[in-house]
This record gives sequence, C-alpha cells and structure tokens, in this order.
Amino acid sequence: MQTLQPPTSLAAGLRLPTNGLDYTILAIYFVVVLGIGFAARRSVKTSLDFFLSGRSLPAWITGLAFISANLAATEILGMAANSAQYGAYTVHWYWIGAIPAMVFLGLVMMPFYYGSKVRSVPEFLLLRFDKWAHLLSSVLFAFAAILIAGVNLYALAIVVEALLGWPQWVAIIVAGAFVLAYITLGGLSSAIYNEVLQFFVILAALIPISYLGLKKVGGWDGLTDKLDAAHGHNFTTAWGGTGIGSVNPLGANWLTIVLGLGFVLSFGYWTTNFAEVQRALSAKNLSAAQRTPLIAAYPKVFIVFLVMIPGLVAAALVPKIGTSGSDLQYNDAIPYLMQELLPNGVLGIAVTGLLAAFMAGMAANVSSFNTVFTNDIWAKYVVTGREDSYYVRFGRLITVIGVAASVGTAFLASSFSNIMSYLQTLFSFFNVPMFVVFIVGMFWKRATPKSGFWGLLAGTVTAMVNYFWIYKQGIISIPSDQGANFVSAIAGFVAGAVVMFVVSLFTQPKSAEQLQGLVYGTTSPGMTEAPAAGDDAWYRRPALLGWGAVILAALCYIPFSF
Amino acid sequence: MSENSEHSEHPGHDVQREVSELEGKSTTASRLFDLRVIIGGLFVVYGVIVTIAGINPSQATLDKAEGVNINLWTGIAMLLLGIFFLGWVKLRPVPPVELPEEDEGA
Repeated sequence: MQTLQPPTSLAAGLRLPTNGLDYTILAIYFVVVLGIGFAARRSVKTSLDFFLSGRSLPAWITGLAFISANLAATEILGMAANSAQYGAYTVHWYWIGAIPAMVFLGLVMMPFYYGSKVRSVPEFLLLRFDKWAHLLSSVLFAFAAILIAGVNLYALAIVVEALLGWPQWVAIIVAGAFVLAYITLGGLSSAIYNEVLQFFVILAALIPISYLGLKKVGGWDGLTDKLDAAHGHNFTTAWGGTGIGSVNPLGANWLTIVLGLGFVLSFGYWTTNFAEVQRALSAKNLSAAQRTPLIAAYPKVFIVFLVMIPGLVAAALVPKIGTSGSDLQYNDAIPYLMQELLPNGVLGIAVTGLLAAFMAGMAANVSSFNTVFTNDIWAKYVVTGREDSYYVRFGRLITVIGVAASVGTAFLASSFSNIMSYLQTLFSFFNVPMFVVFIVGMFWKRATPKSGFWGLLAGTVTAMVNYFWIYKQGIISIPSDQGANFVSAIAGFVAGAVVMFVVSLFTQPKSAEQLQGLVYGTTSPGMTEAPAAGDDAWYRRPALLGWGAVILAALCYIPFSF
Repeated sequence: MSENSEHSEHPGHDVQREVSELEGKSTTASRLFDLRVIIGGLFVVYGVIVTIAGINPSQATLDKAEGVNINLWTGIAMLLLGIFFLGWVKLRPVPPVELPEEDEGA
C-alpha cells in the first residue's frame, strides 16, 4: 500500500502543472464549441427552432443533454465536496434523490408536458391554472436561472484562478463570452449539442481520476479501512447513523432524507425545473420525450461513483480537509487529485472537462432563461402578437442581457462555504412550491385556477422563512445547512399544499372540458399519436426503461447498507 | 392569448395551434448537422494526441500516476469511443428528411 504523502506541497496552492499539450487540448475544445454554434445557426428559422430545437431531436441526444445539464461543474465539485464532508451519504442524492423523480417525470408527467405542446414549464401552469400562477412562476424561474448561472460563473472563476492562475475576471469574460456566442448563434440546439459533447469529455476526465485515486489509497478496501478508522464506520455507509434522534454529520435522519431529499427536493428539481424539462420538450416525439429522463437515469445511477470516490479519496489522503488544519476546502477534492495524480495529457482532458462542465451548467440555465423570458414574460405580457422573427431576435437580445446579469449575481455565491448547499437552498425556494402546484394540479381536478398562484406564493415564502429566519436565526436547531434544506423543503411543500386546498374550497374550479390533457386521467390529441416506426421496439418501451432504472438504483443501495 | 385561459372552451388550443404551425415551418430537423460526426471527430483527435503523449512516458509521469501509463490507456479508450461514433454514422446514416416548402430565410 502507498504511504500517504503529507499535503505540505499545497503551500503553493492548487496550481496545476499544465503545459502546452494541455492548453492545446483545451483550445481544440473551445474551437469545437464555437464551431457547433456557427454550424447550428443555419438550422434556426423559427422561434421554435431557437428555443426548443424545433421539437425534433432524437432521444439519445436529449437524454444525454438532460443528464449533462445536471452534471455541471458545481454538481461535480459540490458532490465530491459532499462526499469528503459527509461520506457515502452522497449516494442518496443519486439513488433516492434523482432516479425515482426522473422515472416519474418520464412515465407519468411527460405525456402531459409534451402532449399539451407547451414550450415551457410555466406555460403548462398557464393552461392548468391562470395567468397569475403563470406570471409568478415565470418570474421566479427567470430569477433563479440567472442566480444559478451566476453561481456557475463565480465557481468557474475561483477554480480557474486556483488551477490555471488566470485572474478571475479573465475566466468570467472568456467563459461568459463563449456561452453567449454559442447560444445566441444556435439557440437550444447548440446548447444541447455542447452538453452531449461535454458529457463524454467529463467522463474521460473523471474515470482516470477515480481509478488512480482508488489505486493510491489501496483500492476500495484500503479506502474504507482508512475512512472507517478516521471517521467511524457510518462514514462509508448510506444509512448508518440516520435513525431519528441519532447524530450524524449530515444533520438529517432517514425520514428527512426520504421525504425532504428523495421526495420534495428531488421531485421539485427533476420534474419542474425547466432547465431540465426543456431538454425533453425538444425531443422529436412523445416516445422520445418520455425516454429522455429515462435514458438519463442510467448514467445517473453510476456517475455517483465518479464524484464520490474522488471525494472519499481526498478525505482519506488529507484527513484534515475542510478544517483549519488544512489549506484544502472540501470543494478542492477533485482539483487536488488532478494535481496529485494526472500527468500532462490526461490533465488537459480533465481541465477541459471541468471548464466544459462549468460552461454547460451555465448554458443550461441561460438557454432556459431566454426561453421563459421571451415566450412566457415578453410575448405574453409585454409585446404581444408580433411576427415570429421578432421573438427570435428578442431571444438573442435577452440572452446577452441574461449573461450580463449572471455575471453580476456571481458574487452572491461567495457567502456559502459549500457550493452545493447554496444550490440546494435555492432549489428548495423555487422548485419545491412549483412541484406542489404541479402535483396537486395534475392529480386533483378540483384544484382551482386561483389556488395555483396562492400555493406557489405560500410555498416559496414558507421555505424562505423556515431557512432564513427559523434556522439561520437559531429559533430551532438543525445541525447542518443540508439538514435545514431538507426541513425547509418539507415545510414549503406542506404549506403550499394546505394553501392550495383551502383556496380551492372557496373558489371556482375549471370545467372538465378545460382540463382535457392537463389532469391525470384525461388525454389530449398530442398524447394519442401512434409511436413512430421503430419506437415500439421492446428496449424502447418507457415502462421497461423506467422500472429498470428504479430496480438498478435499489440494488445499488444493497452494498452500502451494512 | 392569456385572456382565453379565463373563459374559452380549452385554454391550450391557442398554444397547440401556434406550436403546430411553428413545427410545420421548423428547419431544425432538415438543417441541423449530425452530432455523432463531431463527437467522433473530437474523440479521435483527442485519442491520438493523448495516446502519443502516452508512448514513451517519462519515469516521473509514471510515478505520478501510481505506475499506470494513464495517458496511453485514456488515449486508446477515447480513440475507440471516437471510432465507435464514426462507425455508427457510417452504419446508420441519418435518413433524409423531406424539406419543408419555401426554404429561404433564417
């Protein structure tokens, strides 16, 4: 077994020993990214082409873009950080905190989304509820998308400064300019194409890091031995120490994990976050749209190993990581291993993958922001009824404005120690109420148009009050930010549901006729289209793909449960 | 169109009509290039570059990567992925899409 090197070499920071070879690899990637933008430009004629790729992409492309839009660098570095801090609990964010929701989206919700031909998640609320719910959700989403794009940009600048020595403003300008260029040129098509490309590059980066990291600590057994000795056995299990009332570093118990993370946060994120759903709406038919999140579920089951292993390895190699005894933050887990293990060549691939992941994460938010802002806010309430080409031009303009705004919000992220925690906090405030309104509206015919708006408002306010006032002011004690997120999410969900119920009792529901294709148990013309030739093959059946993913995720829990 | 959601028979008809109309004029399906060529091309280039970096590695390089010639193996894997995508294009080319009428513009 290797002897551990004390992390003294880190006095000089995390600067990577990049050379010309690595920069060549990076430069090639940037050229290809721009090339995709220019080449996709000629496919953009209508606003539907620009915002939704003309609803014409094949399932494997939308599926990989779906996972890639989630696999931003903040997620990669943040989940490695989570693993270094909390251990194997990270698997919950994948197996219970993603797969069931992705399968639910594909099997249950997608026929309503895709079949109703809406172009965005808020537009569905317009059909199901009224313009107040629509406007509120559009504004909340636009706001959140810019914030998250800003988080990505800020994180990129910090990482690039540490790793490559570029000043922060250079990194922000370069990344912002490339994202701006390829989205304004090719719209969603070039965002999606770049996401698929990024998926493969990031795998080519993470697999060598995980493999060499494991080898360095003596394989999986060597890793768990070291961590068990340092942190106790619960650190390398999924459920150890999560009994109600018992103490664990995550600050959560099995109930808040299952309800808060697995149900509310995860369903809110995966089923109503338009940055994700947009990828499925751009698929070429209902079958492809349904398969989008299901195809994405399979890589999602296994990607956890590629982010968790580097985090655990870093925790084993640098026992004081994240404390005052070490220069390293939890977020530095992957950069640290890149520096320690990767020779020039693969190092260039890893740097490229990381930068690509930052840009894709930002691009996913920018491309969903410009769609919602143009279709749902501008075209419906500000400048209505113009010719289609006007809205394409406006979409390009608002992309420029959105990128500029996200640069401005980048600094908001700086007050949180853990990037992931910050993102989860935002999601609990914006996606959870959206999810309540969706789930109640989709399954309860009696939910009235007015209840949508009030449920959305009540849920958002409750989650915020719970987090910023009750938790941050110490009125009730929750041991960690993550634990507080889970509780805030549950509180927001319950408040939204109760308010919707009460408002529905006192206001007028829509007629059955008006709810066709919007409520569970009804159909719309778009849902009854026959599958395209070849889509009826057994391995393309959504039910089989979906349940297969759920079973796979459940099986993955077994080795981590003891 | 937002007013319609308050009374008319079904609030989604406007959206559906508008989107169906735009789908008819959409040019993405007919004009967007095949992504598989780009993925294949990029990974062949990356594969070759990284594989070459892995031929004749210095001892320092090997020591850093735990004695594994990681450039060689990663390079070969990337090359194979690139060849897989190019082969896929070769075996299953995109079926031609019938072009919508009155093509110019954009």
